[in-house]
Amino acid sequence: MENTASLSLPLDREALRRLRAGDRCLLTGPMYTLRDAGHLRLLEELSAEGALPYGLAGQTVFYAGPTPPAAGRPFGAVGPTTASRMDFAAPVLYRAGVVATLGKGKRSEEVRRACAETGSVYLTAVGGAAAYLAKCVTSSRIIAYADLGTEALRRIEVVDLPVFVGIDVAGNTIFEA
Amino acid sequence: MDKLVTKQAVAQAVYEAIPALACVLPEDVEAGIIAARDDERHPLGRAVLDQLCENMRIAAKDCVPLCQDTGTVWVSLDAGPGVLVPADVFSLVDDAVARAYDQARLRKSVVRDALVDRTNTGDNTPAFCDIHPVAEPGVARLSVMLKGGGSDNASRVVMLAPGAGRAAIVEEVVRCVREKGANACPPLVVGVGVGGTFDKVASLAKRALLRPVGEPASDPEVAAFERELLEAVNATGVGAGGLGGRHAALAVAVSTAPCHIAALPVAINMGCSALRCCTVDLPTQPVSVVAASDGCEGEV
Repeated sequence: MENTASLSLPLDREALRRLRAGDRCLLTGPMYTLRDAGHLRLLEELSAEGALPYGLAGQTVFYAGPTPPAAGRPFGAVGPTTASRMDFAAPVLYRAGVVATLGKGKRSEEVRRACAETGSVYLTAVGGAAAYLAKCVTSSRIIAYADLGTEALRRIEVVDLPVFVGIDVAGNTIFEA
Repeated sequence: MDKLVTKQAVAQAVYEAIPALACVLPEDVEAGIIAARDDERHPLGRAVLDQLCENMRIAAKDCVPLCQDTGTVWVSLDAGPGVLVPADVFSLVDDAVARAYDQARLRKSVVRDALVDRTNTGDNTPAFCDIHPVAEPGVARLSVMLKGGGSDNASRVVMLAPGAGRAAIVEEVVRCVREKGANACPPLVVGVGVGGTFDKVASLAKRALLRPVGEPASDPEVAAFERELLEAVNATGVGAGGLGGRHAALAVAVSTAPCHIAALPVAINMGCSALRCCTVDLPTQPVSVVAASDGCEGEV
Protein backbone atom coordinates (compact mmCIF):
# COMPACT_ATOMS: atom_id res chain seq x y z
CA MET A 1 0.00 0.00 0.00
CA GLU A 2 1.74 3.17 -1.14
CA ASN A 3 0.76 6.54 0.37
CA THR A 4 -1.70 5.22 2.94
CA ALA A 5 -2.14 7.97 5.51
CA SER A 6 -4.01 7.53 8.78
CA LEU A 7 -6.00 10.68 9.48
CA SER A 8 -8.04 11.79 12.49
CA LEU A 9 -11.45 13.34 12.12
CA PRO A 10 -12.37 16.14 12.18
CA LEU A 11 -9.75 16.67 9.49
CA ASP A 12 -7.03 19.21 10.05
CA ARG A 13 -6.62 21.57 7.09
CA GLU A 14 -2.83 21.43 7.48
CA ALA A 15 -2.92 17.64 7.09
CA LEU A 16 -5.16 17.98 4.03
CA ARG A 17 -2.48 20.02 2.23
CA ARG A 18 -0.19 17.01 2.21
CA LEU A 19 -2.77 14.84 0.42
CA ARG A 20 -2.71 14.34 -3.33
CA ALA A 21 -5.45 13.01 -5.59
CA GLY A 22 -5.18 9.23 -5.69
CA ASP A 23 -3.71 8.88 -2.18
CA ARG A 24 -5.27 6.30 0.11
CA CYS A 25 -6.28 7.23 3.65
CA LEU A 26 -7.78 5.58 6.69
CA LEU A 27 -10.14 7.86 8.58
CA THR A 28 -10.84 7.65 12.32
CA GLY A 29 -13.25 9.85 14.26
CA PRO A 30 -16.64 11.51 13.80
CA MET A 31 -18.30 12.37 10.49
CA TYR A 32 -21.86 13.13 9.35
CA THR A 33 -24.03 11.23 6.88
CA LEU A 34 -26.32 13.28 4.66
CA ARG A 35 -27.71 12.85 1.16
CA ASP A 36 -30.24 14.21 -1.33
CA ALA A 37 -33.29 15.30 0.67
CA GLY A 38 -31.19 16.31 3.68
CA HIS A 39 -29.14 18.70 1.57
CA LEU A 40 -32.24 20.62 0.53
CA ARG A 41 -33.11 21.18 4.19
CA LEU A 42 -29.55 21.99 5.24
CA LEU A 43 -29.23 24.66 2.53
CA GLU A 44 -32.48 26.23 3.71
CA GLU A 45 -31.23 26.35 7.30
CA LEU A 46 -27.83 27.66 6.24
CA SER A 47 -29.52 30.38 4.25
CA ALA A 48 -31.84 31.34 7.11
CA GLU A 49 -29.20 31.27 9.87
CA GLY A 50 -26.17 32.46 7.91
CA ALA A 51 -23.99 29.70 9.38
CA LEU A 52 -23.79 25.92 9.32
CA PRO A 53 -26.07 24.37 11.97
CA TYR A 54 -25.47 21.15 13.97
CA GLY A 55 -21.75 21.84 14.40
CA LEU A 56 -21.04 20.91 10.77
CA ALA A 57 -18.34 23.57 10.34
CA GLY A 58 -14.97 21.85 10.11
CA GLN A 59 -16.59 18.44 9.62
CA THR A 60 -16.72 15.76 6.93
CA VAL A 61 -20.01 15.03 5.17
CA PHE A 62 -20.42 11.43 4.05
CA TYR A 63 -22.97 11.08 1.25
CA ALA A 64 -24.70 7.95 2.49
CA GLY A 65 -28.03 6.47 3.45
CA PRO A 66 -27.38 3.45 5.68
CA THR A 67 -29.43 0.30 6.20
CA PRO A 68 -30.84 -0.43 9.69
CA PRO A 69 -28.60 -1.96 12.41
CA ALA A 70 -27.59 -5.61 11.89
CA ALA A 71 -24.98 -8.15 13.02
CA GLY A 72 -24.39 -6.13 16.19
CA ARG A 73 -23.28 -3.09 14.19
CA PRO A 74 -24.89 0.38 13.92
CA PHE A 75 -25.64 -0.34 10.26
CA GLY A 76 -25.82 -3.60 8.35
CA ALA A 77 -24.40 -1.75 5.36
CA VAL A 78 -23.26 1.79 4.65
CA GLY A 79 -21.35 3.11 1.68
CA PRO A 80 -21.01 6.13 -0.55
CA THR A 81 -23.80 7.28 -2.82
CA THR A 82 -23.24 9.18 -6.08
CA ALA A 83 -21.59 12.46 -5.13
CA SER A 84 -22.54 14.38 -8.26
CA ARG A 85 -26.16 14.56 -7.10
CA MET A 86 -24.88 16.78 -4.26
CA ASP A 87 -22.83 19.01 -6.58
CA PHE A 88 -25.54 21.66 -6.32
CA ALA A 89 -24.83 22.03 -2.60
CA ALA A 90 -21.15 21.16 -2.15
CA PRO A 91 -19.56 24.51 -3.12
CA VAL A 92 -21.89 26.30 -0.67
CA LEU A 93 -21.07 23.85 2.11
CA TYR A 94 -17.31 24.05 1.50
CA ARG A 95 -17.47 27.86 1.66
CA ALA A 96 -19.52 27.61 4.87
CA GLY A 97 -16.82 25.48 6.49
CA VAL A 98 -17.27 21.80 5.60
CA VAL A 99 -13.70 20.50 5.07
CA ALA A 100 -14.40 17.30 3.22
CA THR A 101 -17.12 15.40 1.44
CA LEU A 102 -17.09 11.66 0.93
CA GLY A 103 -18.96 9.90 -1.87
CA LYS A 104 -18.49 8.02 -5.12
CA GLY A 105 -17.96 9.10 -8.71
CA LYS A 106 -17.01 12.31 -10.47
CA ARG A 107 -17.74 15.88 -9.33
CA SER A 108 -18.52 19.00 -11.32
CA GLU A 109 -16.01 21.66 -12.31
CA GLU A 110 -17.64 23.95 -9.72
CA VAL A 111 -16.91 21.45 -6.95
CA ARG A 112 -13.32 21.05 -8.11
CA ARG A 113 -12.84 24.82 -8.05
CA ALA A 114 -14.49 25.13 -4.63
CA CYS A 115 -12.05 22.57 -3.21
CA ALA A 116 -9.10 24.56 -4.54
CA GLU A 117 -10.54 27.88 -3.39
CA THR A 118 -11.33 26.75 0.17
CA GLY A 119 -8.55 24.21 0.74
CA SER A 120 -11.06 21.40 1.06
CA VAL A 121 -11.15 17.89 -0.39
CA TYR A 122 -13.50 15.39 -1.96
CA LEU A 123 -12.85 11.86 -0.77
CA THR A 124 -14.18 8.75 -2.42
CA ALA A 125 -14.90 5.31 -1.03
CA VAL A 126 -15.73 2.10 -2.87
CA GLY A 127 -19.36 1.99 -3.97
CA GLY A 128 -20.84 -1.42 -3.36
CA ALA A 129 -18.43 -2.30 -0.53
CA ALA A 130 -20.99 -1.35 2.09
CA ALA A 131 -20.88 -4.48 4.25
CA TYR A 132 -17.11 -4.06 4.47
CA LEU A 133 -17.32 -0.33 5.22
CA ALA A 134 -20.04 -0.85 7.84
CA LYS A 135 -17.52 -2.79 9.93
CA CYS A 136 -15.60 0.50 10.33
CA VAL A 137 -18.58 2.27 11.93
CA THR A 138 -18.70 2.06 15.73
CA SER A 139 -21.64 4.34 16.57
CA SER A 140 -24.43 6.39 15.04
CA ARG A 141 -26.81 9.02 16.33
CA ILE A 142 -29.52 10.93 14.48
CA ILE A 143 -28.87 14.68 14.71
CA ALA A 144 -31.71 16.05 12.55
CA TYR A 145 -34.30 15.29 9.86
CA ALA A 146 -35.33 12.00 11.49
CA ASP A 147 -38.49 11.93 9.37
CA LEU A 148 -36.34 11.37 6.28
CA GLY A 149 -35.49 7.85 7.43
CA THR A 150 -32.26 6.71 5.82
CA GLU A 151 -31.73 10.29 4.59
CA ALA A 152 -31.59 11.78 8.13
CA LEU A 153 -28.50 13.70 9.31
CA ARG A 154 -26.46 11.27 11.43
CA ARG A 155 -23.27 11.70 13.41
CA ILE A 156 -21.26 8.53 13.13
CA GLU A 157 -17.90 7.40 14.52
CA VAL A 158 -15.60 5.46 12.23
CA VAL A 159 -12.33 3.59 12.74
CA ASP A 160 -9.89 3.16 9.86
CA LEU A 161 -12.50 3.83 7.16
CA PRO A 162 -10.65 3.34 3.83
CA VAL A 163 -10.98 6.19 1.34
CA PHE A 164 -9.16 7.63 -1.66
CA VAL A 165 -8.51 11.30 -2.32
CA GLY A 166 -10.78 12.16 -5.27
CA ILE A 167 -10.04 15.92 -5.41
CA ASP A 168 -7.16 17.43 -3.44
CA VAL A 169 -6.73 20.98 -2.06
CA ALA A 170 -5.09 22.06 -5.31
CA GLY A 171 -8.13 20.93 -7.30
CA ASN A 172 -6.42 17.91 -8.87
CA THR A 173 -8.77 15.02 -9.51
CA ILE A 174 -8.36 11.28 -10.09
CA PHE A 175 -11.42 11.17 -12.30
CA GLU A 176 -11.09 12.07 -15.97
CA ALA A 177 -13.08 15.11 -17.10
CA MET B 1 -54.47 -28.57 -19.90
CA ASP B 2 -53.73 -24.94 -19.10
CA LYS B 3 -51.89 -23.84 -16.01
CA LEU B 4 -52.63 -20.91 -13.75
CA VAL B 5 -50.13 -18.64 -12.03
CA THR B 6 -51.51 -17.52 -8.69
CA LYS B 7 -50.86 -14.22 -6.97
CA GLN B 8 -49.89 -16.19 -3.85
CA ALA B 9 -47.14 -18.05 -5.72
CA VAL B 10 -45.77 -14.81 -7.17
CA ALA B 11 -45.77 -13.05 -3.79
CA GLN B 12 -44.11 -16.00 -2.06
CA ALA B 13 -41.35 -16.15 -4.69
CA VAL B 14 -40.67 -12.43 -4.30
CA TYR B 15 -40.66 -12.70 -0.50
CA GLU B 16 -38.14 -15.56 -0.56
CA ALA B 17 -35.88 -13.96 -3.16
CA ILE B 18 -35.34 -10.60 -1.47
CA PRO B 19 -33.19 -11.42 1.61
CA ALA B 20 -30.97 -13.83 -0.31
CA LEU B 21 -30.41 -11.34 -3.14
CA ALA B 22 -29.61 -8.51 -0.74
CA CYS B 23 -26.89 -10.42 1.08
CA VAL B 24 -25.44 -13.02 -1.29
CA LEU B 25 -24.10 -12.16 -4.73
CA PRO B 26 -25.17 -14.51 -7.55
CA GLU B 27 -22.37 -17.00 -8.32
CA ASP B 28 -21.79 -15.71 -11.85
CA VAL B 29 -21.29 -12.12 -10.65
CA GLU B 30 -19.06 -13.27 -7.80
CA ALA B 31 -16.91 -15.31 -10.20
CA GLY B 32 -16.67 -12.30 -12.53
CA ILE B 33 -15.46 -10.01 -9.75
CA ILE B 34 -12.88 -12.53 -8.53
CA ALA B 35 -11.56 -13.04 -12.09
CA ALA B 36 -11.32 -9.26 -12.56
CA ARG B 37 -9.47 -8.91 -9.23
CA ASP B 38 -6.96 -11.59 -10.17
CA ASP B 39 -6.34 -9.93 -13.53
CA GLU B 40 -6.17 -6.25 -12.47
CA ARG B 41 -2.73 -4.59 -12.36
CA HIS B 42 -3.79 -0.98 -11.74
CA PRO B 43 -3.13 -0.34 -8.01
CA LEU B 44 -6.33 1.61 -7.31
CA GLY B 45 -8.55 -0.59 -9.48
CA ARG B 46 -7.05 -3.60 -7.76
CA ALA B 47 -7.65 -2.08 -4.31
CA VAL B 48 -11.31 -1.55 -5.22
CA LEU B 49 -11.71 -5.13 -6.40
CA ASP B 50 -10.00 -6.42 -3.24
CA GLN B 51 -12.56 -4.51 -1.17
CA LEU B 52 -15.43 -5.89 -3.24
CA CYS B 53 -14.16 -9.46 -2.71
CA GLU B 54 -13.90 -8.86 1.03
CA ASN B 55 -17.33 -7.22 0.95
CA MET B 56 -19.10 -10.21 -0.55
CA ARG B 57 -17.44 -12.50 1.98
CA ILE B 58 -18.61 -10.37 4.94
CA ALA B 59 -22.12 -9.89 3.58
CA ALA B 60 -22.69 -13.62 3.08
CA LYS B 61 -21.10 -14.61 6.40
CA ASP B 62 -22.89 -12.02 8.56
CA CYS B 63 -26.15 -11.94 6.57
CA VAL B 64 -25.87 -8.20 6.01
CA PRO B 65 -26.65 -6.34 2.77
CA LEU B 66 -23.92 -6.21 0.11
CA CYS B 67 -24.79 -2.58 -0.50
CA GLN B 68 -26.63 0.03 1.55
CA ASP B 69 -28.77 0.66 -1.53
CA THR B 70 -30.91 -2.44 -1.29
CA GLY B 71 -32.76 -1.20 -4.31
CA THR B 72 -36.22 -0.95 -5.68
CA VAL B 73 -37.83 -4.31 -6.35
CA TRP B 74 -38.24 -5.10 -10.05
CA VAL B 75 -40.33 -8.15 -10.92
CA SER B 76 -40.95 -9.71 -14.32
CA LEU B 77 -43.24 -12.66 -14.92
CA ASP B 78 -42.46 -14.68 -18.04
CA ALA B 79 -45.52 -16.60 -19.21
CA GLY B 80 -45.64 -18.95 -22.18
CA PRO B 81 -48.52 -20.46 -24.19
CA GLY B 82 -50.84 -22.49 -21.99
CA VAL B 83 -50.08 -20.42 -18.90
CA LEU B 84 -52.89 -18.21 -17.65
CA VAL B 85 -52.12 -15.07 -15.67
CA PRO B 86 -54.84 -13.21 -13.77
CA ALA B 87 -54.74 -9.43 -14.14
CA ASP B 88 -54.24 -9.02 -10.39
CA VAL B 89 -51.31 -11.45 -10.26
CA PHE B 90 -49.06 -8.82 -8.63
CA SER B 91 -51.60 -7.65 -6.06
CA LEU B 92 -49.87 -9.37 -3.12
CA VAL B 93 -46.32 -8.42 -4.13
CA ASP B 94 -46.18 -5.14 -2.22
CA ASP B 95 -47.17 -6.87 0.99
CA ALA B 96 -44.37 -9.42 0.41
CA VAL B 97 -41.85 -6.64 -0.28
CA ALA B 98 -42.81 -4.74 2.87
CA ARG B 99 -42.46 -7.85 5.06
CA ALA B 100 -39.17 -8.91 3.49
CA TYR B 101 -37.57 -5.45 3.76
CA ASP B 102 -38.63 -5.10 7.38
CA GLN B 103 -37.53 -8.58 8.44
CA ALA B 104 -34.22 -8.55 6.57
CA ARG B 105 -33.46 -5.01 7.86
CA LEU B 106 -33.03 -3.58 4.39
CA ARG B 107 -33.14 0.07 3.41
CA LYS B 108 -36.39 1.67 2.33
CA SER B 109 -35.61 3.67 -0.77
CA VAL B 110 -38.91 4.52 -2.46
CA VAL B 111 -40.77 7.85 -2.42
CA ARG B 112 -44.53 8.18 -2.95
CA ASP B 113 -44.33 10.22 -6.12
CA ALA B 114 -41.38 11.42 -8.15
CA LEU B 115 -42.80 14.92 -8.56
CA VAL B 116 -45.53 15.85 -6.13
CA ASP B 117 -44.72 13.89 -2.96
CA ARG B 118 -41.18 12.76 -2.27
CA THR B 119 -42.07 11.30 1.11
CA ASN B 120 -40.46 7.92 1.75
CA THR B 121 -43.17 5.23 1.68
CA GLY B 122 -41.36 3.62 4.60
CA ASP B 123 -41.64 0.01 3.43
CA ASN B 124 -39.90 0.06 0.03
CA THR B 125 -43.17 -0.34 -1.85
CA PRO B 126 -44.40 -0.24 -4.50
CA ALA B 127 -42.48 -2.85 -6.46
CA PHE B 128 -42.19 -2.37 -10.23
CA CYS B 129 -43.81 -5.34 -11.96
CA ASP B 130 -44.38 -6.49 -15.53
CA ILE B 131 -45.77 -9.48 -17.40
CA HIS B 132 -43.64 -10.68 -20.29
CA PRO B 133 -45.10 -13.16 -22.79
CA VAL B 134 -42.58 -15.73 -24.07
CA ALA B 135 -42.79 -18.35 -26.83
CA GLU B 136 -41.87 -21.45 -24.81
CA PRO B 137 -45.01 -23.46 -23.95
CA GLY B 138 -45.81 -23.95 -20.29
CA VAL B 139 -43.24 -21.48 -18.96
CA ALA B 140 -44.11 -19.69 -15.72
CA ARG B 141 -40.94 -17.99 -14.61
CA LEU B 142 -40.34 -15.09 -12.26
CA SER B 143 -37.33 -12.79 -12.32
CA VAL B 144 -36.61 -10.53 -9.36
CA MET B 145 -34.01 -7.77 -9.33
CA LEU B 146 -33.07 -5.42 -6.50
CA LYS B 147 -32.00 -2.46 -8.60
CA GLY B 148 -29.76 0.25 -7.18
CA GLY B 149 -30.50 3.90 -7.88
CA GLY B 150 -26.98 4.96 -8.81
CA SER B 151 -26.69 2.49 -11.65
CA ASP B 152 -30.16 3.18 -13.03
CA ASN B 153 -29.30 6.90 -12.93
CA ALA B 154 -26.26 6.23 -15.10
CA SER B 155 -28.46 4.63 -17.78
CA ARG B 156 -29.67 6.15 -21.03
CA VAL B 157 -32.07 5.79 -23.97
CA VAL B 158 -31.07 7.26 -27.32
CA MET B 159 -32.82 7.14 -30.68
CA LEU B 160 -30.09 6.84 -33.30
CA ALA B 161 -30.37 7.09 -37.08
CA PRO B 162 -30.24 3.68 -38.80
CA GLY B 163 -27.49 4.98 -41.08
CA ALA B 164 -25.27 5.60 -38.08
CA GLY B 165 -25.08 1.83 -37.59
CA ARG B 166 -23.07 -0.25 -35.18
CA ALA B 167 -20.26 2.26 -34.78
CA ALA B 168 -22.73 4.76 -33.30
CA ILE B 169 -23.95 2.17 -30.82
CA VAL B 170 -20.39 1.48 -29.69
CA GLU B 171 -19.81 5.22 -29.38
CA GLU B 172 -22.93 5.69 -27.23
CA VAL B 173 -22.09 2.81 -24.91
CA VAL B 174 -18.51 4.02 -24.48
CA ARG B 175 -19.66 7.60 -23.92
CA CYS B 176 -22.15 6.44 -21.31
CA VAL B 177 -19.45 4.52 -19.43
CA ARG B 178 -16.97 7.42 -19.66
CA GLU B 179 -19.45 10.02 -18.48
CA LYS B 180 -21.46 8.09 -15.92
CA GLY B 181 -19.79 4.73 -15.35
CA ALA B 182 -17.89 5.83 -12.25
CA ASN B 183 -21.22 6.70 -10.59
CA ALA B 184 -22.68 3.27 -11.25
CA CYS B 185 -20.26 1.25 -9.08
CA PRO B 186 -18.04 -0.51 -11.60
CA PRO B 187 -17.15 -3.24 -12.48
CA LEU B 188 -20.45 -2.98 -14.32
CA VAL B 189 -22.70 -5.35 -16.12
CA VAL B 190 -23.94 -3.27 -19.05
CA GLY B 191 -27.33 -4.20 -20.46
CA VAL B 192 -27.84 -2.91 -24.00
CA GLY B 193 -31.17 -2.97 -25.82
CA VAL B 194 -31.20 -2.38 -29.58
CA GLY B 195 -34.52 -2.13 -31.41
CA GLY B 196 -38.18 -2.07 -30.50
CA THR B 197 -39.81 1.26 -29.71
CA PHE B 198 -38.89 4.15 -27.42
CA ASP B 199 -40.45 2.42 -24.40
CA LYS B 200 -39.64 -1.19 -25.29
CA VAL B 201 -35.93 -0.63 -25.82
CA ALA B 202 -35.39 0.27 -22.16
CA SER B 203 -37.07 -2.96 -21.15
CA LEU B 204 -34.81 -4.90 -23.53
CA ALA B 205 -31.75 -3.39 -21.87
CA LYS B 206 -32.98 -4.15 -18.37
CA ARG B 207 -33.89 -7.72 -19.24
CA ALA B 208 -30.44 -8.20 -20.80
CA LEU B 209 -29.08 -7.83 -17.25
CA LEU B 210 -30.82 -11.08 -16.30
CA ARG B 211 -28.46 -13.09 -18.51
CA PRO B 212 -25.71 -14.69 -16.38
CA VAL B 213 -22.31 -12.98 -16.51
CA GLY B 214 -20.12 -14.94 -18.91
CA GLU B 215 -23.00 -16.30 -20.97
CA PRO B 216 -22.91 -14.80 -24.49
CA ALA B 217 -25.97 -13.98 -26.60
CA SER B 218 -27.33 -17.01 -28.46
CA ASP B 219 -26.92 -15.27 -31.85
CA PRO B 220 -23.22 -15.45 -32.82
CA GLU B 221 -23.29 -12.02 -34.46
CA VAL B 222 -24.77 -10.43 -31.34
CA ALA B 223 -22.27 -12.34 -29.20
CA ALA B 224 -19.41 -10.93 -31.30
CA PHE B 225 -20.85 -7.43 -30.86
CA GLU B 226 -20.97 -7.99 -27.10
CA ARG B 227 -17.27 -8.86 -27.10
CA GLU B 228 -16.49 -5.74 -29.16
CA LEU B 229 -18.46 -3.58 -26.72
CA LEU B 230 -16.83 -5.12 -23.64
CA GLU B 231 -13.39 -4.53 -25.09
CA ALA B 232 -14.24 -0.91 -25.93
CA VAL B 233 -15.73 -0.27 -22.48
CA ASN B 234 -12.74 -1.75 -20.66
CA ALA B 235 -10.32 0.16 -22.90
CA THR B 236 -11.66 3.43 -21.48
CA GLY B 237 -9.49 2.94 -18.40
CA VAL B 238 -12.43 3.91 -16.16
CA GLY B 239 -11.75 0.74 -14.19
CA ALA B 240 -13.24 -0.66 -11.01
CA GLY B 241 -14.73 2.03 -8.79
CA GLY B 242 -13.98 4.51 -11.57
CA LEU B 243 -10.45 4.72 -10.12
CA GLY B 244 -8.64 3.19 -13.08
CA GLY B 245 -7.67 -0.11 -14.63
CA ARG B 246 -9.01 -2.46 -17.25
CA HIS B 247 -12.14 -3.75 -15.56
CA ALA B 248 -14.83 -1.11 -15.94
CA ALA B 249 -17.20 -3.94 -16.83
CA LEU B 250 -17.55 -7.65 -16.21
CA ALA B 251 -19.87 -8.15 -19.17
CA VAL B 252 -21.93 -6.41 -21.83
CA ALA B 253 -25.21 -8.18 -22.62
CA VAL B 254 -26.99 -7.13 -25.80
CA SER B 255 -30.62 -7.87 -26.62
CA THR B 256 -32.04 -7.00 -30.04
CA ALA B 257 -35.52 -6.67 -31.56
CA PRO B 258 -37.30 -5.58 -34.76
CA CYS B 259 -37.97 -1.87 -35.20
CA HIS B 260 -39.33 0.85 -37.52
CA ILE B 261 -37.46 1.49 -40.79
CA ALA B 262 -36.64 4.97 -39.47
CA ALA B 263 -35.37 3.80 -36.11
CA LEU B 264 -32.31 2.54 -34.31
CA PRO B 265 -33.41 2.73 -30.66
CA VAL B 266 -30.61 2.02 -28.17
CA ALA B 267 -30.91 1.72 -24.41
CA ILE B 268 -28.07 1.28 -21.97
CA ASN B 269 -29.02 0.02 -18.51
CA MET B 270 -26.11 -0.08 -16.11
CA GLY B 271 -25.93 -2.93 -13.62
CA CYS B 272 -23.63 -2.26 -10.65
CA SER B 273 -21.04 -4.66 -9.22
CA ALA B 274 -23.74 -5.88 -6.85
CA LEU B 275 -26.07 -7.03 -9.63
CA ARG B 276 -28.71 -8.73 -7.55
CA CYS B 277 -31.14 -10.72 -9.68
CA CYS B 278 -32.51 -14.23 -9.85
CA THR B 279 -34.95 -16.22 -11.95
CA VAL B 280 -37.14 -19.01 -10.55
CA ASP B 281 -39.77 -21.35 -11.96
CA LEU B 282 -43.14 -20.75 -10.33
CA PRO B 283 -45.46 -23.47 -9.08
CA THR B 284 -48.73 -23.42 -11.04
CA GLN B 285 -52.24 -24.83 -10.62
CA PRO B 286 -53.96 -26.95 -13.29
CA VAL B 287 -56.97 -25.36 -14.96
CA SER B 288 -59.32 -27.63 -16.93
CA VAL B 289 -61.92 -25.31 -18.46
CA VAL B 290 -61.54 -21.65 -19.25
CA ALA B 291 -64.67 -20.63 -21.07
CA ALA B 292 -63.80 -16.99 -21.61
CA SER B 293 -60.63 -17.67 -23.53
CA ASP B 294 -62.29 -20.40 -25.63
CA GLY B 295 -65.06 -18.02 -26.60
CA CYS B 296 -62.68 -15.35 -27.87
CA GLU B 297 -60.43 -17.53 -29.96
CA GLY B 298 -60.25 -16.61 -33.61
CA GLU B 299 -62.33 -13.48 -33.22
CA VAL B 300 -59.71 -10.98 -32.15
